[in-house]
Amino acid sequence: MSAPTTPLALIAELTHRCPLHCVYCSNPQELQSRNTELPTEIWSRIFREAADLGVLQADLTGGEPLARTDILDLVKSARRAGLYVSLITSGLPLDEPKLDALIAAGLDHLQLSFQGSTEDTAAEISGTQSHQQKLRVLSWLKSRRVAVTLNFVIHRRNIHQLPGMLAIAESSSATRIEFANVQYYGWAFANRENLLPTRPQLDASLAFIQQAQKRLEGKIRVESVVPDYYAKYPKPCMGGWGRKLMLITPSGEALPCHAAKIIPNLTFDNVKDRPLQEIWLASEAFQKFRGQSWMQDPCKSCDRREIDYAGCRCQALLLAGDPAATDPVCSLSPQRQKVDAILSAINSPSLPVGAGLAPPTDPPAPTSSWLYRPNPT
Amino acid sequence: MTLDPDSRPRLAPGVRLGENNSQRVLLMPERALRLMGPSLEIIERCDGQHTVAAIIADLQKIYSKAKPEKVAEDILGYLQLLQKERALDFE
Repeated sequence: MSAPTTPLALIAELTHRCPLHCVYCSNPQELQSRNTELPTEIWSRIFREAADLGVLQADLTGGEPLARTDILDLVKSARRAGLYVSLITSGLPLDEPKLDALIAAGLDHLQLSFQGSTEDTAAEISGTQSHQQKLRVLSWLKSRRVAVTLNFVIHRRNIHQLPGMLAIAESSSATRIEFANVQYYGWAFANRENLLPTRPQLDASLAFIQQAQKRLEGKIRVESVVPDYYAKYPKPCMGGWGRKLMLITPSGEALPCHAAKIIPNLTFDNVKDRPLQEIWLASEAFQKFRGQSWMQDPCKSCDRREIDYAGCRCQALLLAGDPAATDPVCSLSPQRQKVDAILSAINSPSLPVGAGLAPPTDPPAPTSSWLYRPNPT
Repeated sequence: MTLDPDSRPRLAPGVRLGENNSQRVLLMPERALRLMGPSLEIIERCDGQHTVAAIIADLQKIYSKAKPEKVAEDILGYLQLLQKERALDFE
């Protein structure tokens, strides 16, 4: 097996604390408590080691990274280490002085999440009053010099709000929009039956987004992620296991992806115990699904194996019970019918959702049927 | 999306040059572009001072052995790519 590639980005999951309770959260269902969080000095060391390893970008995320009282020090040390610093935030704990302090500390890029285009939808999905604050943050960003991405998390309950979401983005200073359909891990997996869009909704959304991409070319970079249950081939998850990205949990475990801890019989090294470069090159977890020797049929002889790397290991575990299996969303997977059955249920005529981008005709799911992500202590 | 030869490109907010292992890179949200030779020379001139026409003229001088039309075409293509990525503002 050839030597591992150089990672592009370090995903620094600084905390699992968060003022929102989004039903699609990609954090693991097993949230880490505050007293396990790594202190500032250890993160500073990790940023330096990451830069030495060749990492170019630090994505400061969580939970809500602004929940960390040392966030300015963390931004400074990531920038001092020579990394491009992104903050992935809900915007809730921000005010103007804090925003200015973050930029002065070296913040390059702010990615602001949106749960919908209205307060009602945002409140249903995040379990919190949050939308107005995000609009305030947008107004402040207009007069600040920082790269801005708006991340709209899309699913059946808000897909009809795409035009409203696009309008919010166009009236802001954002140069990048992500229309990110929910991917089904973590809390999203538990809430999947309420979140998956129908096929007519998805088709209408893709047409809308494509039109927006063309119209806004050169003005706003519009990117979208489809829900891969509807795809023909799987996504190259994380750019391939252990190829481009490394995630550090709040307590210091080094993971190849957000959900990797659900994979049984895998040991994850902790940055407190082992240098980052060693973990990247040699840890059991990172080596486990590198290269092709672990692949099963049809992946191991498939032409696409160096395009999508057999898809997502965590999804293979969740849907097929085996993390080494072909990602079952692949049309070539012997288990694709499991995904088809899930989609049939969502697309059954008894589910009265609106057609295309029309508002849903079914009433909002009763809050008791949502599993809201709690705030760990 | 044609480029105005009198416009002056400059790096968009939050887009900057970086370096890792002596390799110069252009850093932006979720992308990093390696810069060497011509691409580095172009980016270095995206300072809000040089017009598109001036950048082309400079590089035609540097790469005097190459066909001037090819140099112009390549530069315009690269600038358009960076505009699509939103790495450049044109003033």
